[in-house]
Amino acid sequence: MSAVIEARGLVKRAGRATLLDGVGLTVAAGEMVAIIGPNGAGKSTLLRLLSGDLRPSEGEVRLKQRDIGSYTPRELAARRAMLSQHINVTFPFTVEEIVLMGAGERSPRDTGPLVDAALDEVGLSHFRERQLPTLSGGEQQRAHFARVLVQLACGEAEHGPGLLLLDEPTSSLDLRHQIDLVEAARRRASTGTAVIAILHDLNLAIRFADRLVVLSGGRLAADGPRAEVVTRERIRDIFEIDAVVHQADGVPYVLPQSMRAVPR
Amino acid sequence: MSVAVGTKARSLRRHAGRRSASFAIPLLLAVLFATAIVALTVGAAGIPLSRLPAALGFAGNTTADAMTARDQLVLWSIRIPRIAATAMVGGLLAAAGAIMQGLFRNPLADPALVGVSSGGALAAASAIVFTDSRFGEALRFLQTELLPLAAFAGSLATTAILYGISSRSGRTSIAIFLLAGVAITAIANAGIGLLVFIADDRQLRDITFWMLGSMSGATWTKAAVLAPVLVIGLGACAFIARGLDLLVLGEADAFHGGVDVERLKRISIVMVSAVTGVAVSISGVIGFVGIVVPHLLRLVIGPAHRLLLPASILLGAILMVGADTLARTIVAPAEMPIGILTAAVGAPVFLGILLRQRGLAAL
Repeated sequence: MSAVIEARGLVKRAGRATLLDGVGLTVAAGEMVAIIGPNGAGKSTLLRLLSGDLRPSEGEVRLKQRDIGSYTPRELAARRAMLSQHINVTFPFTVEEIVLMGAGERSPRDTGPLVDAALDEVGLSHFRERQLPTLSGGEQQRAHFARVLVQLACGEAEHGPGLLLLDEPTSSLDLRHQIDLVEAARRRASTGTAVIAILHDLNLAIRFADRLVVLSGGRLAADGPRAEVVTRERIRDIFEIDAVVHQADGVPYVLPQSMRAVPR
Repeated sequence: MSVAVGTKARSLRRHAGRRSASFAIPLLLAVLFATAIVALTVGAAGIPLSRLPAALGFAGNTTADAMTARDQLVLWSIRIPRIAATAMVGGLLAAAGAIMQGLFRNPLADPALVGVSSGGALAAASAIVFTDSRFGEALRFLQTELLPLAAFAGSLATTAILYGISSRSGRTSIAIFLLAGVAITAIANAGIGLLVFIADDRQLRDITFWMLGSMSGATWTKAAVLAPVLVIGLGACAFIARGLDLLVLGEADAFHGGVDVERLKRISIVMVSAVTGVAVSISGVIGFVGIVVPHLLRLVIGPAHRLLLPASILLGAILMVGADTLARTIVAPAEMPIGILTAAVGAPVFLGILLRQRGLAAL
């Protein structure tokens, strides 16, 4: 499979602080990668660099074999879609209007079925006429996910497999919708999309991602298949907690034992 | 949850959006037309509806009696240019407010808030005092022409300063733009205060009258200045509407959705100041139209800018023509400054918005 996105030697500085220090990452079409790591590890910074929103201080990001800085915002939007955390909509747009924003300038006649499908997929069809600010945080998050799915679908129809970036997409969702969302992302990967998601729930990340990328202190601590990455030692090193790692049908799962820092 | 294929019926319904929205533009046009007809008939010299067709020259017969001749003079040289200019000023002020609110993602933003109007007012007040002084004596005969030019230049200069302060290496910070605007408003108001302090009684009256806003100076020339600005503004509105919609998600997410956010901000800022500058140069300072009109419309037709911007222009025109008609009739033959009327109506509505927001925040 060809690489949808390739990042090499990414360094990002803000003032005197170094947020990212020499991180490289390649994700192929059809691959789903989870980024994990403690707060302040540089996960969101990495995602913003991969989205083209931030420019790296050093290193380069190539999206579909082209430098990401060479795309116009519109070209970029047709090749990668991103779901941020905490989007605060102040004006009373309806759910449907928000989701339709993902379709860009394309005619509503062409994109209507995509909007309907995305609303069905996030389970908000019955709320399409509701004003977004009147919904709960989790429901708003799902509406934004539907918008991002429409953007991705529109772009992929024109330019082939794209990139889907998710920044802690499950943070305000209940258990069922967490799994729904990650499964929806998984389905995109199975049709060729490259998916990169920041996830705090290790078990959710292990269950759905092909590969886990571990960031710590702005550096890449590990990048590989779940069974290799998730070990008791690494969890202690990175998250400073003691955890038991079990296997169920060959898939590891993590059971935290102590929430306090464990002296080594 | 399954990936269902959407039905045709649902995707067709989408075009309607909000049920009331599709009627908005024709309805507002009709109301604007009716308001203009009323405005034509009332005033210091009343022209009853029955005489209106003849006075407008639509009657067909050529029995040009003295009464018709007088009506024609009043209509064509005074009332029609004034109504046209008033409608355009109202439309421009409302559009500037709507764009500003979209830019700040805040329903309380207004060009007056960031000092663009105050900058124009300071320049106009300076022009009044200067052309009346010993140094500006030579230019006194130009005062009528100089005033709008000064106001426009003042608004534009204010914007340039604001933009310079809030932009750094190609990025414009909206928060700094707003805060710098508050500071510039204070500086401009201090300058106006100083001018008021040194002005003599006649200059003081001129400055005060101008600060309160009035359409009484409207002429065909001024209407001709406004028309192209309005046309260009309408074109720009169509261009920035989708970007302003996406901006509600925040700058980063608007960018993720394909909007060139920096270009959108540049166009919007230049447009708001040019439009405000032109409006202020012709009417003086008129507040609250820019806040009240878009807010009322959002409640009825929703916040999508493709409809909100043209609808704001129309409702702004309606309100201003209505207010100006009141202004020139309630104390006839004298005239009430229109700014007093718009503030008297607008400020309570503004407070209403604040109270409603406070209620929402408490939820």
